[in-house]
Amino acid sequence: MESENILEAKQVSVAFRIAGKFQKAIYDIDLSLRRGEVLAIVGESGSGKSTLATAVMGLHNPNQTQITGSILLDEEEVIGKTGDSMASIRGSKVGMIFQNPLTALNPLMKIGQQIKEMLAVHDVYPENQYESRIFQLLEQVGIPNPKRVVNQFPHQLSGGMRQRVMIAIAIANDPDLIIADEPTTALDVTIQAQILDLILEIQKKKNAGVILITHDLGVVAEVADTVAVMYAGQLVEKASVEELFQNPKHPYTRSLLRSNPSAETVSDDLYVIPGSVPSLSEIEYDKDLFLARVPWMKEEAQKVISEKMTEISSNHFVRGQAWKKFEFPDQKLKGGKK
Amino acid sequence: MWKVIIRRILLMIPQLFILSILVFFFAKLMPGDPFSGLIGPHTDPHEVEALRRAAGLYDPWWEQYLRWLGNAIHGNLGMSYNLKEPVMTVIGHRAINTFWMSLLSVILTYLFAIPMSIVAARNEGKWQDQLWLTYNSITFGIPPYVFYLLIIFIFGYSLNWFPTGGTVSPDAMGIIPVFFSKIYHMILPAFSLAVFGTVGIFTYFRSGILDEQTQDYVRTARAKGVKEKVIFRRHILRNASLPIASNFGFVITGLLGGAIFAETIFGYPGLGQLFITSISGRDYSMITALILLNGFLGLLGALLSDIIMAMVDPRIRIQ
Repeated sequence: MESENILEAKQVSVAFRIAGKFQKAIYDIDLSLRRGEVLAIVGESGSGKSTLATAVMGLHNPNQTQITGSILLDEEEVIGKTGDSMASIRGSKVGMIFQNPLTALNPLMKIGQQIKEMLAVHDVYPENQYESRIFQLLEQVGIPNPKRVVNQFPHQLSGGMRQRVMIAIAIANDPDLIIADEPTTALDVTIQAQILDLILEIQKKKNAGVILITHDLGVVAEVADTVAVMYAGQLVEKASVEELFQNPKHPYTRSLLRSNPSAETVSDDLYVIPGSVPSLSEIEYDKDLFLARVPWMKEEAQKVISEKMTEISSNHFVRGQAWKKFEFPDQKLKGGKK
Repeated sequence: MWKVIIRRILLMIPQLFILSILVFFFAKLMPGDPFSGLIGPHTDPHEVEALRRAAGLYDPWWEQYLRWLGNAIHGNLGMSYNLKEPVMTVIGHRAINTFWMSLLSVILTYLFAIPMSIVAARNEGKWQDQLWLTYNSITFGIPPYVFYLLIIFIFGYSLNWFPTGGTVSPDAMGIIPVFFSKIYHMILPAFSLAVFGTVGIFTYFRSGILDEQTQDYVRTARAKGVKEKVIFRRHILRNASLPIASNFGFVITGLLGGAIFAETIFGYPGLGQLFITSISGRDYSMITALILLNGFLGLLGALLSDIIMAMVDPRIRIQ
């Protein structure tokens, strides 16, 4: 019995111990992901994207974090699982690709050994197939001359090649879910597209779910089915990719889209969101946090309490009500252009 | 690899040559000479002067140096002024004592330091960590000679468990009793040296483990689902041991320096003790030979470190 949803996250909060107190880094996240679907999580640095992904992987240090809510991975509860019981899920049901391929591989182990380790930890493939599986994986991720590469060390490969190896490791046991945490950020622009295409190709072949964490809205528009926008540890908007790009509602989503260069904005100056993401200790989760960064809406921000996500149209969720009043400064001056 | 090693060894020759000039010159600058000690109220100063002249002490320094160098190249480092024996013979005897004692102390050093670092790093901030950090601060702060005297007082004198000097007891006969008697005599100085040797290795290794634990490849290993114990052994420990492996060559060289105090205080007749007595006796030929030996060991240690690094770290190839 395969469930439709490979990932089902409900009211997930993660708090880190900072100076003896637990400070919430992400708050009340609801997300779900179907097999074969690509979910993009966007938001600026510090908005909690990686914290969420790390929670799904169960990679947070249990002594320093408090995780509440529920994360079902293929109908199996992940929160509360620690040590070896969580380790058996990691790598078999979920594979993760990290941001920096230059440091993500052990410098003292040969590429072949590092892939073999992944196979050996889980019993998905029998031991006598390890070797053929390693070659198969390396070919699948587009590495030329796999016979040579298995005996090479990470420093002998380029960044793009190393990220391909990371992908090979992540998919070695045919996981149902692939989490890619900014997989192309550290790479050359010319390589970025290749790596993304590769991830999607594998995803389609295996019908796996993909969570893609990224800053790059261009990438999102191209590859995602659903987009979740995060700000200061909260989801602020969630919709299908077409809906979100054509009909963005939340001020943060609109600001992000407007600060991204595109064919339409090319003649204008790019929009700059003033200020930065609040630090954990400043966050009060009963307010619309983003409005604090909109100078002419500060009063509005103070008034809003207990903001919830509301479904404004089919599968389009927006947090709070304040978005209805939001305008960009130039629109405000000209009395609204659109 | 072998070519590189041979070339590196050949490169040592000019380095040793420069060292020898410096050593020879500085030895000459020291006040006094081997004959100063002979002068008493009843000695004829002219006689001593004649001895000095005969020993060539009034020749220009470069002439003395070239004479010494010529002999040294033929393996003759001269006669010890004080011991009236060839320098090489004396050093040979003493070196054997120091070698075995140092070997024992190196083994003890790593035997203490490695488990200590692992326990401390695995329990960062807890009492096990605090305990070993405190231990290391104390040993780092104590002057070695004070510690050595304490050790002698407690284990040699008060408890009378170990001998307080020499390398072998005079009544030991036959190979096996002599062997055990030698080990027995080595234990106190070797143990004391190890206590101080531990400090550097502990500091390196503990912080190395803590650093490696937060590296990205460790996170990758966790994401693979590798068990924590295996991650520690296979990933963290191997990477953290690189700095101490490369430090190994220098530890060996450092032992001779450490032995100077230890052997003198423990009355253990090795190279360290010889060095001190030679300096106080202005035994030029012995001093120059010993410093040259020390310099040679230093160069050898550096080479050894490079070779070890090239063997354990695939990113390093010696060119």
